[in-house]
Amino acid sequence: MHTDGYRDHPVRSYVLTGGRAHPTRNTLRPETLLRAVDDGRELPGTAGRHEQALLRTCRGTLALAELAAYLHLPVSLVAVMVSDLVDGGYLAVLSTPVHDLPDTDLLEEVLDGLRGL
Amino acid sequence: MGSADSEPRTAHHLAPTVARSVKVLVVGAFGVGKTTLIRAVSEIPMLSTEESITTASVGVDPRRDEKRTTTVAMDFGRVTVGSDTALYLFGTPGQRRFWDLWSGLADGAVGALVMVDTRDLAQSFEVLDQLEEHTRLPVAVVVNEFPDSPRHGLDEVRAALDLPEGTPVVSGDVRGRPQAVEALTTLVAHALDLRRAGNAAA
Ligand SMILES: Nc1nc2c(ncn2[C@@H]2O[C@H](COP(=O)(O)OP(=O)(O)O)[C@@H](O)[C@H]2O)c(=O)[nH]1
Ligand SMILES: [Mg+2]
Repeated sequence: MHTDGYRDHPVRSYVLTGGRAHPTRNTLRPETLLRAVDDGRELPGTAGRHEQALLRTCRGTLALAELAAYLHLPVSLVAVMVSDLVDGGYLAVLSTPVHDLPDTDLLEEVLDGLRGL
Repeated sequence: MGSADSEPRTAHHLAPTVARSVKVLVVGAFGVGKTTLIRAVSEIPMLSTEESITTASVGVDPRRDEKRTTTVAMDFGRVTVGSDTALYLFGTPGQRRFWDLWSGLADGAVGALVMVDTRDLAQSFEVLDQLEEHTRLPVAVVVNEFPDSPRHGLDEVRAALDLPEGTPVVSGDVRGRPQAVEALTTLVAHALDLRRAGNAAA
């Protein structure tokens, strides 16, 4: 058995999210597109440095998985932070999640787009 | 996982016109060429993230968070298709523990591109079995050609893998962008066919 992609590391997610293991919004997916709300409002001083870094990183559009990769944090943890920041009005969800399978319109557009690459 | 203290490296943001996203899973055993294919297509440098198996289950005593645990990594890339859609390519070995941990990953996906190495077809059985068990995704198979691969006809591979009828099987060297894009195109076209057939039946 190989060990591609497996290694050990301490789990800190629980502490970092103040004890909540699940995001309040279960509509967040790794591919969900996010962008910081640009209204000049600053995060309260009590916000953690991860939240600050998250908003800085998200000044342009990125997917949740990209945010997690740039922040070096698990997607599940970043989803919790994102959820709170969306609730607080600091972060906007740009894409609506596809349920089950993407519809034909979307598939046709992706196909056209791929053929145009 | 790197230090969370470090400032993130420069992010490659999407164009402001992009407000829709879709994803494909690239699945296959270690060394079969997943990263190579994703890198060939991606408009950004490969990114990687990981989940730990105990993330959702710790919680009684925060001090226990110091214990060490297994993590499952996923690398991925992205390509903008058309003016407003981002296509994400998530690469995964796709064994059981992956699906336990990333159970939501298949939700809403276009399909799975299963990469196969003909030098070791047996390892593809588990990958296909797990996909079937954990998802209902449209599947296309890419037979990755390595210099020392035995040359099998694609029909032989199809028979050996006992693929559902209609499953596309393509082969090629996915280090080249055109071939990697072609493999993705095959999957999306197949997903579209299935979707249309499903709509017609409904
Ligand atoms: N000749 C040849 N080599 C390949 C091809 N695809 C991948 N490789 C090589 O196979 C090795 C493993 O590929 P990688 O993409 O890392 O596999 P992964 O573990 O599935 O992500 C790398 O050294 C690649 O350069 C291919 O189509 N042709
Ligand atoms: Mg890889």
